[in-house]
Amino acid sequence: MKALAVENLEKGFGGVQAVDGISFSVEEGETVGIIGPNGAGKTTVFNLITGFYRPDRGNILFYGKNIAYLPPHRLPRLGIARTFQNLRLFGKMTVFENILSAMLVQGRYNLFSAIFRWTDYFVTESKAEEKARKLIEFFNLSGKEDQSADSLPYGEQRRLELARALALEPKVLLVDEPGAGMNPIEIQGLVQTMKEVKKQFLLTVVIIEHQMGLVMNISDKIVVMDFGEKIAEGTPDQVKKDRKVIEAYLGEEPL
Amino acid sequence: MKFFWEARKVILPAVLVYLVLKAIFGFHLVSGYIEQITLFSFIVILTSLGLNVIYGYTGQFSLGHAAFYGIGAYISAYLSKSLGVESILGFIPVLFLSGVSAGLVGCLIGVPILKLRDDFLAIATLGFGTLVRVILDNSDRFSEILGGSRGFVGIPRITNLELAFFVTVFLILVTRNIIFSRYGLFWRCVKNDELASQAIGINTSRMKLMAFSYGCFLAGIGGALYAHLYTFLHPSNFDILKSIDFLIIVIVGGMGSIVGTIYAGLIWVGFIEGLRIALPADMLDLRWVFIPLFLIGLMMWRPYGLIRKGG
Ligand SMILES: Nc1ncnc2c1ncn2[C@@H]1O[C@H](COP(=O)(O)OP(=O)(O)OP(=O)(O)O)[C@@H](O)[C@H]1O
Ligand SMILES: [Mg+2]
Repeated sequence: MKALAVENLEKGFGGVQAVDGISFSVEEGETVGIIGPNGAGKTTVFNLITGFYRPDRGNILFYGKNIAYLPPHRLPRLGIARTFQNLRLFGKMTVFENILSAMLVQGRYNLFSAIFRWTDYFVTESKAEEKARKLIEFFNLSGKEDQSADSLPYGEQRRLELARALALEPKVLLVDEPGAGMNPIEIQGLVQTMKEVKKQFLLTVVIIEHQMGLVMNISDKIVVMDFGEKIAEGTPDQVKKDRKVIEAYLGEEPL
Repeated sequence: MKFFWEARKVILPAVLVYLVLKAIFGFHLVSGYIEQITLFSFIVILTSLGLNVIYGYTGQFSLGHAAFYGIGAYISAYLSKSLGVESILGFIPVLFLSGVSAGLVGCLIGVPILKLRDDFLAIATLGFGTLVRVILDNSDRFSEILGGSRGFVGIPRITNLELAFFVTVFLILVTRNIIFSRYGLFWRCVKNDELASQAIGINTSRMKLMAFSYGCFLAGIGGALYAHLYTFLHPSNFDILKSIDFLIIVIVGGMGSIVGTIYAGLIWVGFIEGLRIALPADMLDLRWVFIPLFLIGLMMWRPYGLIRKGG
């Protein structure tokens, strides 16, 4: 079953055609990697899927339902979560609050329950707190619950952002360059974490990544973009041998 | 009720403070003037708390807070005068209605302006504050009793220690409960990063509007208590300078700190009124030398407010 399908998606900014008629699909449970040179339009595809940009043309289907024109805040409820290329944490809030807020978005108690502390307030809060602690443990952030997010070292901030996305209990997770700025050892750890996360949370994953070691290792399928277009698609091995891909990367790091 | 049981740690000391104040006022240990500014300080705390919700917690810079304070004051005064309300019991619905009206006005103007960012929002709220001031200056054209630029006179004096104190304590507790719930958490998320908030599913426009309306509601209640404490209203009491007073209290107390707002409100009222007593009448204007110096010193000593040492 197709978890996500993008059909003829187009998005331009003034003179720049950032995404120029892209189509690809992601099967349920699959991990799809999106690669391509800088400025190829990868992040724009994520922003289109998650409602931060409105497409000029095209459809985005989530389990068959067109989600192309929904506002961003509706998507987590449907089951789509994302991380950002340039880390977007709630910097002045604690690690615990970063996770808890994502947990409580789906929590259902209203303002009056909050003010008068009715039972559903306590039930929802304590459930969310328990789940948040488990997630913090899973991501090896125990003991740092009460530190402010921006006081964490970079690698841990990355983990926290991933944990926050998973707190939404998504069906599909979109991660934008989780390996950016990490050294090879940290990348190894990240590969491990991504694999565990996938198994534990039964996820469908779309990952944008420049670190070939990482993306080739965990992806079932790779989509290669250049100048807003899809220039290749296939298994990691197929893509590595593709002539167009090699050309696009000429002068960049070798595959 | 759970509400009161949960809040027992606040309510017990509050009752104690009330009894002490009651005794001091009852035995006339202080002048009527001191009594009045004590009640006034509760009103200032309540109204500033509203601005702290809007600015300190949710990060929406408002230069028009006094307008909502004024709306609450004028609506309550108009209602109690035209309905002939004189007792506390009769006044409570008026009080509530005034708060709700200020909140509704906040909600209505919030829909278009809360989309704006930082400096634009400041200008828009400043504009709204000016608009309200102009309307109040000309209010006698709508109804004679509003008084226009001559001021609104003859409002019944209803606000007493019990009303001012317990309404303030109750609403501080309500605010605290909202702050320590998902709504307060979402407000802070919005302040920290709007895009990230949307990415985790927070309807940021709705949360901003909610914080703004609630903050205006508190200002409206504060205004209504003020009107029935001083029994006289003048449009100049609700202009930009007043908005800046509230802003100073929020910043001095600490953005996003309820306790800080309480301390800063008390200090602010105490300082201004204290200087009024301490300085000889012909040197009263020196206050506007001391106050800025005090603020500059404070900001150097505690840039994040009285309560917090760091960001
Ligand atoms: N909001 C925007 N306004 C104007 N131009 C934009 C905007 N967002 C993206 N672009 C442009 O669209 C093109 C694609 O950008 P995008 O960020 O999607 O690339 P990318 O593949 O993610 O690159 P990188 O690997 O560097 O992250 C670039 O030319 C970029 O300048
Ligand atoms: Mg990118």
